[in-house]
Amino acid sequence: MNYQQNLAMPKHLQRDIDNLKQQLLYLCSVVENQLALATRAITTQDENLAKEIADSDDEIDRREVEIEEACLKTLALHQPVAIDLRMVTSIMKINNDLERIGDMVCNIGKNGARLAKESPVSYNFDFREIARLTGIALKQSIDALVNEDADLAMEIAKVKGEAETMNRELRRKAVEQIMNDPANTKTYLRYRSISRNYKRIVDLSSNIAEDIVYMINGVIVRHNYDKFADDDDE
Amino acid sequence: MNPTANNTENNIALSARNFSVFYNDFEAVKSVSLDITQGDVVAIIGPSGCGKSTFLRCINRINDLVPGCHTKGELIFAGKDLFHRDVDVNVLRKRIGMVFQKPNPFPKTIFENIAFGPRLHGIKKRSQLEEIVENSLRQSALWDEVKDRLDKNALGLSGGQQQRLCLARTLAVEPEIVLMDEPTSALDPKATLKIEDLIASLAQKYTIVIVTHNMQQAARISERTAFFYEGSLIEYGQTKDLFTNPTKKQTEDYITGRFG
Repeated sequence: MNYQQNLAMPKHLQRDIDNLKQQLLYLCSVVENQLALATRAITTQDENLAKEIADSDDEIDRREVEIEEACLKTLALHQPVAIDLRMVTSIMKINNDLERIGDMVCNIGKNGARLAKESPVSYNFDFREIARLTGIALKQSIDALVNEDADLAMEIAKVKGEAETMNRELRRKAVEQIMNDPANTKTYLRYRSISRNYKRIVDLSSNIAEDIVYMINGVIVRHNYDKFADDDDE
Repeated sequence: MNPTANNTENNIALSARNFSVFYNDFEAVKSVSLDITQGDVVAIIGPSGCGKSTFLRCINRINDLVPGCHTKGELIFAGKDLFHRDVDVNVLRKRIGMVFQKPNPFPKTIFENIAFGPRLHGIKKRSQLEEIVENSLRQSALWDEVKDRLDKNALGLSGGQQQRLCLARTLAVEPEIVLMDEPTSALDPKATLKIEDLIASLAQKYTIVIVTHNMQQAARISERTAFFYEGSLIEYGQTKDLFTNPTKKQTEDYITGRFG
């Protein structure tokens, strides 16, 4: 049987899906950039930078709404099926996860701005490593999206495990310091919150990875990763 | 030997086993094997010339009327091959009815259109025929629209009504399988919706096999979908799976509009 491979999508659908991908990838770059700035603000105690990040959430929120509306329009006008349907629904979910990552970054920024105003404490919390892992997880999920690489997406599970371990340690340390230095409880709780926010960003990057696997393979892998117990989502 | 009982083994209404159809030397359907479950609505999709209508028309042997058409393999209904020489095609076509693309009511009254089939099969009593006519027209959601004009000519009905009349005519002889060859392609969206709603209400009671060019229709109304390409059955599976994650690239290319 003579069968032609690599056929083209209908042009109208191609146009709309290309537009969706472009918008999503731009949002990815905004969020990735904001995360890098938030980490710098925390590690350098830069109050102005931290405040700028906290104020930048509006752009991410606006873009999230635009992408969602564009996805709904695509579904209504084209009624896509199979891989095209999975692509549009995955874009909707990834869009939502990126907006939530933006919220976490904003929280890091807000906590960073407050920390810069507070007196230094005896124990120096070092977020560089968890921030590095968080950056890797987010970048890996974005790379998997750009390259439509399901195998790369599945590798985020390893980073997720390491970030959880690190978050637990930072949390334990915060509790210990609160007991040793109760006068600075507020500061230590802020540190704990920052750690949790980084860990949530890794979780959301993992969600993005799962959506990418679904988009490419049509298999829902959610709930099949090895899960660490004790997810502190307060 | 005539098919006299349903093949209820594993609830299979019809089985194709390496079934091929030839028009003289041209193989229009190539060794198709599939099982159709009783009560299912099965949609057959594929590009023009892929063999889907040819396959459908063999199920009630309407292709017997096409010169040069011959088959290989088996189509098993009620435990017997449909093409066995002892099969009575008139009885077969009572048990496997057909609705065509273009509505084709007889140039008779609405009543006579429906009563024709049962009368042919031996029902003479007026009261019995009236009951059959009403029941069939109710099943095809036409009764309320025509009950006061059963003596009017069927050709005066709208296209959508004529198609529902043809369906009622098929149902009047109590088939087990209803074949539909693009039944809504000549109808407007409102009439199409009525036919689709009818299919939903008739499913379970009847096994329905529908050939359609409208993929959204196939997705909406069927439990299983068969994709044909150049005479071959490429993929056959649950509609919800075929339209979200088909296993064959050719299927995906076709249903997503990536035509060759």
